[in-house]
Amino acid sequence: MTDTKAIPCSEAVRQLWDYLDHAIPPEDQEKVEKHLSFCRSCCGELEFAKEMRAFLATSTAQEIPPHVKERLERFVERL
Amino acid sequence: MSEAGIRDRTKEGFQELVLAELPALYSLARRLVRDGAEDLVQEALLQAFRAFGTLREDGAAGRWLKTILVNVFRDQVRKRSRTVDERPMGDLSDFSLYRTLVDEDPFPYSDSLHTDFLQVFDSEDLREVLIRLPDIYRIPLVLRYMDGFATKEIARLLEAPLGTILARLHRGRRLFERELWAYAEEAGLLTKERAR
Repeated sequence: MTDTKAIPCSEAVRQLWDYLDHAIPPEDQEKVEKHLSFCRSCCGELEFAKEMRAFLATSTAQEIPPHVKERLERFVERL
Repeated sequence: MSEAGIRDRTKEGFQELVLAELPALYSLARRLVRDGAEDLVQEALLQAFRAFGTLREDGAAGRWLKTILVNVFRDQVRKRSRTVDERPMGDLSDFSLYRTLVDEDPFPYSDSLHTDFLQVFDSEDLREVLIRLPDIYRIPLVLRYMDGFATKEIARLLEAPLGTILARLHRGRRLFERELWAYAEEAGLLTKERAR
């Protein structure tokens, strides 16, 4: 039987990103889920963690100034 | 091309393959270093050219080049400092950006406070925040959440135990959130948003 003893908010929040990554053992995953089922504040933290991850994932603008691109292209040609 | 989807491992094949990857490589380099992104890319290209024969599939070129760039950067960091930068960054255990935003309420008329907060940062602001973090926290954070590397891959790349990488990611996220808040205040991003 898995130990699904309740965990405090501090513990749930500490594990939220790893929970979203599935990087914690299934029993810990279950404990976080159980905590989220009754804690509104931690659900807010969870939503914000999701937003933060999306913010990071979509902030990867691939911009390269034309003069840098030109120099790097010349570098590749000279290899 | 010698086979479908595989260019000849020649200089011309290399050039053709890497030119399309330059923007992604340069962007990653800028997330890793404050200055010298172009030099970092050049060194990575040089090493990639030497190792071109080891690339199995053209489709994997982007990830292969990024991996080489991270290796080059890791070696540069090691050369620069023999010791890991474990500067104390203050007590982070109690900091929660989510709660700070609720408590400080920088946008009193907002219905979506947390979303609005993230929207005040453009890509240069975000880079400034990332660059403030010590290398040991910034590198795993960038690789995991911006460039999509798995934690196991990061551990292999940085030659560190998986547990160490997970701990650095955890601390790095806290630190990143604290620095986001500090930067927004210092750069006046919250005032500008409030005045809209």
